[in-house]
Amino acid sequence: MELTTIWFCLIAVLWIGYFVLEGFDFGVGMLLPVLARDDRERRVMINTIGPVWDGNEVWLLTAGGATFAAFPEWYATLFSGFYLPLFLILIALIVRGVAFEYRHQRPSATWAGWWDRAVIFGSYVPAFLWGVAFANIVRGVPIDADFEFTGTVMTLLNPYGLLGGLVTLSLFVTHGAMFIALKTDGDIRGRAGALALRVGAVAAVLAVVFLVWTQALTGNLATAVIFVVAALALVGGLGAAYVGREGFAFAGTFLAIGLAVAGLFVGLFPDVMPSTTDVANSLTTTNASATPYTLKLMTVAAAVFTPLVVGYQAWTYWIFRKRISIHHIPAAH
Amino acid sequence: MTDVDSVLELARWQFGIVTVYHFLFVPLTVGLTMLVAVLETIWLRTKNPEWLRLTKFFAKLFLINFALGVVTGIVQEFQFGMTWSDYSRFVGDVFGAPLAIEALLAFFLESTFLGLWIFGWDKLPRALHNACMWIVHLGTLASSWFILAANSWMQHPVGYKFNEVTGRAELTDFWAVMFNKVQLGTFPHVILAAYLTAAAFMLGILGWLYMRRPGTDGSERPMYRRGMVLAAWVMVFSGVGVAVSGDVQGKIMTEVQPMKMAAAEALWETSDSCAPFSILTIGTRDGKHEKWALEVPCVLSFLGTGTFDGKVEGIYDLQEKYRSTYGATPGETYYSPGDYTPNIPVTYWTFRWMMGLGVVGGLVGLAVLWLTRRGRTPTGFVGRVLPALAISAPVMVLLGNSMGWIFTEMGRQPWVVFGVLTTANGVSPGVEPWEVWMSLLGFTALYAVLAVIEVGLLIKYVKKAPDPFVEPPSPSLRGSEKDADEPMNFAY
Repeated sequence: MELTTIWFCLIAVLWIGYFVLEGFDFGVGMLLPVLARDDRERRVMINTIGPVWDGNEVWLLTAGGATFAAFPEWYATLFSGFYLPLFLILIALIVRGVAFEYRHQRPSATWAGWWDRAVIFGSYVPAFLWGVAFANIVRGVPIDADFEFTGTVMTLLNPYGLLGGLVTLSLFVTHGAMFIALKTDGDIRGRAGALALRVGAVAAVLAVVFLVWTQALTGNLATAVIFVVAALALVGGLGAAYVGREGFAFAGTFLAIGLAVAGLFVGLFPDVMPSTTDVANSLTTTNASATPYTLKLMTVAAAVFTPLVVGYQAWTYWIFRKRISIHHIPAAH
Repeated sequence: MTDVDSVLELARWQFGIVTVYHFLFVPLTVGLTMLVAVLETIWLRTKNPEWLRLTKFFAKLFLINFALGVVTGIVQEFQFGMTWSDYSRFVGDVFGAPLAIEALLAFFLESTFLGLWIFGWDKLPRALHNACMWIVHLGTLASSWFILAANSWMQHPVGYKFNEVTGRAELTDFWAVMFNKVQLGTFPHVILAAYLTAAAFMLGILGWLYMRRPGTDGSERPMYRRGMVLAAWVMVFSGVGVAVSGDVQGKIMTEVQPMKMAAAEALWETSDSCAPFSILTIGTRDGKHEKWALEVPCVLSFLGTGTFDGKVEGIYDLQEKYRSTYGATPGETYYSPGDYTPNIPVTYWTFRWMMGLGVVGGLVGLAVLWLTRRGRTPTGFVGRVLPALAISAPVMVLLGNSMGWIFTEMGRQPWVVFGVLTTANGVSPGVEPWEVWMSLLGFTALYAVLAVIEVGLLIKYVKKAPDPFVEPPSPSLRGSEKDADEPMNFAY
């Protein structure tokens, strides 16, 4: 396989890792005002992701860094072209990350309330905007011969892009609800399961429309198969939630999100950022890539360290495998 | 003077603000992970409860600081592509690799093992728990290594070739980039400065507590003193190391970036031998209006070359030399800025403030240690100013770090990659001024608010003093079911 293809796959893997992992902690953040009835329950929710959210976010940093190194032109066009959405995502991730760490530092309800708002805002904004961004990458954006994005922010807010945003948003809410049902005990566990079913039904409808649309735009046989399996995984997950099998339910949304993102990348290949201005201006795995020397070097680094990272992150999830309930939450400081 | 419509000017201000801000948290993170790991190790070895109390106390302060370091770090990685897309296209092949490896190798270690450390008191055996913090510290060192190698390449590009066809720099020798001689001076300088900063932080805060939270009949003071002595040792060793590595850096800089050395000194005319080191100047430093200057003869020659009669090139001569090498008029060659002189007042003063704040901050810390020796509690004027003095020590050292970075980055101008690519040529061509205005104001406002909140929390927890000793649980990895309904040892 070509080195550039290997790196296209690796970057897809990093984004998949990011969405299946941070997807549920965005979901937990978005559900904070919905699922929790009091401060204790809000703390139960936040503590289910407490030890892991930061590690989940590093998947994003690695995806960004790997794109910079392996496809500098892609990184440059994408990040400068999607300037405002990325600025909003950054603001959201900043206030969200600080909120987790600072929320419990003062025993005041007003203080906690403001940080709750930061968590909610900081989870909704990226959950929606990542979908918009990815849908637009797949659909193509105006790019000139210098690989400069020539559209505006309004270019990105087309119906397909907006639908993409709603799909990630609703999938992440479902994924988060499944995670809460899996990781908590007591009253909230049942409510989370019930909510996952209701939101999941909406997410399933939106996702199917989006995937069919995507299939029409960039599809081939492989994407069709992947999208069908993704949809089945989602339906299977909802079925498992219905019969109270929380582990399988979470695995269902996990797979559905991962496969859907994988399908987007398969449909994109060999482009990395198609141009709607002129096909000749499209960024591809060939014309956007780094040199073979850099790619080889990075392949070695990735081959050595990625399994290690997956290993110790999985170990962390195992260490914190216990369900959390309101009995486990100590009094505020 | 800033052109409001210039994306370049706005992007430079934004980069400066978000990067200097981010680096307020970095040295404390690098240094405090080490100190907290040391404190916990000492506790495990001695079983003396005081060390655990100090571990938890400084871990608390560290985490408040770390949260901001993490979130402001995301901006760092994104902004190259957002506001410096042409720079990213040009250097991606060389500069992207260390960045990607930094994330893969270091960020995952830091975030995952810190999560384990914070929430793992009742889940991990003690030695393993302590090992987690050491791993976090290793992660911070690895992270620093890669990002500083990337920065050193910008100061002194090596291990690459310029591809005429694509107009990009291409990596040819990764190890040359990793062991760039600028990197070999910069890494120890930055890391030791981080240790110095964190040690001053620990010493300063314990000095304040010694005076203001002595406990009943000064019962807490022995604990504070023990921590202060530990911090002082770290300060002395790292302080000496910062000076030595800085001296090495100066000589490398004179060799590879002579203009930066001349700019650090505002040395306009070449000095054939025995160049003086300027300590202070009154008047402007544009070479025409110097009214009075305090100088030490020959010291600049020594700093730059290692001998007291070494020749140090001046700004005028270097300017001419660069004009003949890189082009005399803007645009004459592919990347030709025409003017090769950095902003001299900025380089001159930041160079002085870096050294001054570092040295004075360190000495103030040691003075606090001396004034509280053998259970002494200064009274009168000294007693009144001592707490404020103690807190000022880390603040000064921290600002010294900022000054050093502003100096080294401003001293490289007009280049973003020295001798290869100018800053003006690196900016994103497709981004509109209003977009950068928006992000510049947005980040600045948000960062300002977060700074106030952070300092407020630090003050709260410093004032609260270390919590009383509580024996932490000592679990095995298999876990036990009997404590299934016990509250978590730590929770958000």
